[in-house]
Amino acid sequence: MARTVQAPLDEATVKSLRAGERVVMTGTIYAARDAAHKRLVAAMQAGEKLPLPLAGQVIYYVGPAPAKPGAVIGPAGPTTSGRMDSYTLPLLERGVAGLIGKGSRSEEVKQALVQHGAVYLGAVGGASALLARQIRSSRLLAYPDLLSEAVRELEVEEFPLIVINDCHGGDAYQAAREVYRSDGGGSQRSR
Amino acid sequence: MRTIDVRDVRQAVGDLLRHSAHSLPEDYLAAMRTARVEEHSPTGQEVIELLLENAAYAETEMIPTCQDTGMAILFVEVGQDVHFSGGEIDAALQDATRDAYSDLRKSVVSDPLLRVNSGDNTPALIHWEIVAGDGLRISTLQKGFGAELMSRVQMFPPAIGEEGVRQFVLDTVEKAGPNACPPLIVGVGIGGTLDTVGLAAKKALLRPIGSVSPEPHVAELEAELVEAINRLGIGPQGLGGVVTALAVHVEVVATHIAALPLAVNLNCSAPRRASLEL
Repeated sequence: MARTVQAPLDEATVKSLRAGERVVMTGTIYAARDAAHKRLVAAMQAGEKLPLPLAGQVIYYVGPAPAKPGAVIGPAGPTTSGRMDSYTLPLLERGVAGLIGKGSRSEEVKQALVQHGAVYLGAVGGASALLARQIRSSRLLAYPDLLSEAVRELEVEEFPLIVINDCHGGDAYQAAREVYRSDGGGSQRSR
Repeated sequence: MRTIDVRDVRQAVGDLLRHSAHSLPEDYLAAMRTARVEEHSPTGQEVIELLLENAAYAETEMIPTCQDTGMAILFVEVGQDVHFSGGEIDAALQDATRDAYSDLRKSVVSDPLLRVNSGDNTPALIHWEIVAGDGLRISTLQKGFGAELMSRVQMFPPAIGEEGVRQFVLDTVEKAGPNACPPLIVGVGIGGTLDTVGLAAKKALLRPIGSVSPEPHVAELEAELVEAINRLGIGPQGLGGVVTALAVHVEVVATHIAALPLAVNLNCSAPRRASLEL
């Protein structure tokens, strides 16, 4: 049974999370991807007020598909996190405590997670229809002209995640790859 | 001479794209069921199971399997004895895309530098081919860009040989790691020119999983590559395992004595691929 973590994240929870651990997240998180990140970082540099809180908060890299009539949200799986790397440091400096996406982060981001005490969690890419079922509400917060890239406040319940990069330098992708890598001859797949 | 009304084409292609967004091909589902058994990693098995559940749920609910419903890429084979009536065929295919994406995610920007969303997921990218006969065959890929972004093309000198080809393909998959949403389908184009090698790699993604190149030396390369990729350890979603690729499809094209063009086009574990004939 995966442990439940509450969003926003408190310091003790972030510190307790370890790369490779499965968790389910419940609480409030914020959807933002490429174009929204560009605007958020520009707004921070210009000293403008941001449309979302940052301290202790969790940002989910997602651009949901349109909701079916009557549904809270359309399919909403993670997008590739690496594209947000160049925007991530200023957000961590302002206290963002959790990032959700899929795929590898830069060395710079991994080091910043350690430095600022934050965690990067992976959701299963392509499991988008199932993941949307764990989102209980969705509210448009900013940048509606960006369509699926707008900033949204999401209430999630038992949203399934795996800790990829923890605040102690652990890296689940790297560790897992080393376990299953084989440079010898022959296929590892069973016949 | 056979006359085809472009309004019928619009209707059929619109329906196909709408359906393909929530219904993954049977050959892919079969390959995933096999992979679930062959995967050693418990996490990898769970990921495959989850993706199969997601595919079944999306199909039942008629909602997209993945929020990235992609950019529509259409491969149109037109018989030379076909005459189109009722409007322009190109416009009908763009209308079909607009129709289908009214309920799907709009993921296209009209200009890569200005980056303003086109608002209706057009334009679709259309590849035309004139063939013998009076048929019309349209194949579609609704290409997710997590995998597209990790794809690569490079112009090599002939001296790199088959070993160089293998290294480049493996290096591409290794660098893509978890980003491209493995288990992957790997399309490889070899030969041609800068433009046609990429198209060859993309056409390789149209082939059903389990299909083998008719050229024995190419079929051998496909088999070697899939084994080597699955030794990288990346596994489903990059969480470790022995199933990183479900298939490698290689397409070769004639090229110049001076070059060995090479393209690797990755497809994710939500391959939206369909086709129809009119």
